[in-house]
Amino acid sequence: MQEADIKFLEDSFKKYYFEHFDLIRVPERTFEREFGYQKFNSGMTRHISIKDDKELHLLFMQNIPSDVYCSNAYYSFPNLPMNEKDWKEADLIFDIDAKDLNLSCRENHTVSICNECKQVSKISEHCLKCNSTKIEKKSLPCKNCIDSSKTEVSKLSEILIDDLAIDQENIHVYFSGNEGFHVYVHGSQFQQIGSRERSELADYIMFNGIIPETFGMKKFKPNRSSFPDFNEKGWRGRFSKQVFSSKSKRSKIISELLVNGYSSFQKTLDNVSENIGVKIDPNVTMDIHRIFRLPGSINSKSGLTKILCKNLTKFDPYSEASFLSDESVEVFANCPIEFSLKNKKFGPFINEKVTVPTFAAVYMVCKKLATIA
Amino acid sequence: MLALGQDEIAKYPFLADAGQYLKDKGFTLEQFGSDPDLKQLVDKAFERIRVAANGKIYKSDLIGDQVSKEAALPREVFSFLLAIVLLKLSGMHTLIKRFALAEARRAEKYLEKDLANISDESKKELAIRIIDDLFSIQVEKLDDYFVIAVSDYLKHSINFHEREWKLINRHVENGQVFLTPHETVRLIRKELGTYINSKIINAKTPTMIPGFEDSVNKLVLLSKKFITFTVTTGEYPPCIKHAIEELEKGENLPHSGRFMLGAFLLSKGQSVEQIAPLFKNAPDYNERVTLYQLNHLAGTSGSGTQYICPSCEKLKTQDLCFAIPECDNIINPLQFGKKRK
Repeated sequence: MQEADIKFLEDSFKKYYFEHFDLIRVPERTFEREFGYQKFNSGMTRHISIKDDKELHLLFMQNIPSDVYCSNAYYSFPNLPMNEKDWKEADLIFDIDAKDLNLSCRENHTVSICNECKQVSKISEHCLKCNSTKIEKKSLPCKNCIDSSKTEVSKLSEILIDDLAIDQENIHVYFSGNEGFHVYVHGSQFQQIGSRERSELADYIMFNGIIPETFGMKKFKPNRSSFPDFNEKGWRGRFSKQVFSSKSKRSKIISELLVNGYSSFQKTLDNVSENIGVKIDPNVTMDIHRIFRLPGSINSKSGLTKILCKNLTKFDPYSEASFLSDESVEVFANCPIEFSLKNKKFGPFINEKVTVPTFAAVYMVCKKLATIA
Repeated sequence: MLALGQDEIAKYPFLADAGQYLKDKGFTLEQFGSDPDLKQLVDKAFERIRVAANGKIYKSDLIGDQVSKEAALPREVFSFLLAIVLLKLSGMHTLIKRFALAEARRAEKYLEKDLANISDESKKELAIRIIDDLFSIQVEKLDDYFVIAVSDYLKHSINFHEREWKLINRHVENGQVFLTPHETVRLIRKELGTYINSKIINAKTPTMIPGFEDSVNKLVLLSKKFITFTVTTGEYPPCIKHAIEELEKGENLPHSGRFMLGAFLLSKGQSVEQIAPLFKNAPDYNERVTLYQLNHLAGTSGSGTQYICPSCEKLKTQDLCFAIPECDNIINPLQFGKKRK
């Protein structure tokens, strides 16, 4: 990124941080957390410990970070190197990202930016101008992306509450600041489980590794009565609702499944998995030493803020997570996709000089689709 | 420590305090080496180890969960305690491991029977208490099932590689996993083996007892049978091949895939400098970052931890597994192509 762009982003971020300290709070059990931050065009600084809100705000003002992170893990010595920190426990975390949902809308609002010649083209595996394969893809998520991510969050919450007995009050959903949601679970029976256990939990939630026998299908002499009932709890119940669609069709569909046989049933499971499995990023859930974007901080991939979603159904990130100023800025934009922020539409801009509010300029500069004129 | 009845000690001899038991019964180890009647028990102990070493469960004199003859009961316990003495004297760790596992499976049978015992509530209670005391798992009875917390289940089930043990293939409800008596005890087999193993490892090694020499020598001979040699074909497993192909094509291999590849090749003895060029086609290639990350994996920078290649199970979760028949149920890509001789 160029100097002028960095200066512009830093100024805009600083103004936001200065005016919105109320949104940036240290998490509970502050002393036991590891913090970290990144500055524009620079590497990660982590293994930091922080005392209170005041110290946190000082970090923001002194460093003007592009991104700030905090661990979901609790340590005795968060500022020591990883193997000396003395890991105690970690909140469960799930990351749901629109880019992982295989949505058909993606290609309409994703562009490829060539790392060599900076050409912006419609989504492609190589640069349409210089043929380089060093491509960076940038997406401007649409309403469908956000709505689909919300659906995944709801599916996840249902499993957490019904199957894993987690209290609704202990589940907190945050907009990640870019393309999805971070779901935090506090104080559950899973606080102290390690990475391998979390990986198993992720498989459970994603409907991974299922065998036909679990749903009553056997290789030899399968038996009708071992197929799940419509009202069963857990995955057997969710499977029934998806595959049988109604109580009355259950019997007929079981007959079909039995006729089609074991290997066909495995395929049915793979198809069902696409619909009923929750599309979380398993790497995030199984990593017990990761640091996550701090709520209230800005995501430098978009300029939007990571914030708590009190009412997920109604939540609109493009009006509720954009906190930057309305002051006009002149940018040179090459943003072939239209987008909306704070209920205003912008673009498409094709290699043109435009004057837009700071929040829209930041959004495009963060996406590498504009530079300061 | 649990208070155990006579029957229970015969079933779960590893719960007894060995020294105390002998003292209570009025015996010393030396007597077993010299007294012709007692010496039979040393042979019995040897047999107990031999059977275990061959991967079988020692057929005890217990019938059902009752002792066949009153006299057989102390013999059951003695043969176990003497087996430990013989193992310690032989110093053969492979035999200790095999013995501990076989004994765990033997105890498992009794635990299962005790758990499923509907007529005698106290037997069930004892089994539940053993599981709680030894492994801190609270088991509750619910209708025909035993239920345990999902988190407890996971801590143990991750040691299994069969898919039926994956949480997704279990009846999960209300934060708990539903298990049959058989599954409940099967879940802790490894830990039971580890428990017995550590009890043996931590036991004091006595000085050689006259009359024990023959059996000890036979054990040393027996253990030689289990020394294995491995040869490798040198071919890469499909997951690694796939990752290399992706990179060659200039595809964007995810971070987890790069981690796997780097860790795998480092374990195979390649240097950071040899591995780094593999990544040069990556869309976001940056030589400085690649070298930093590889050095981190190798443990030459950062915390000094040398990372190992993730297990097949983890790679499945990460969509990085492309298993072929030649994988032959290995649990880590590093084992690919290794044949025991």
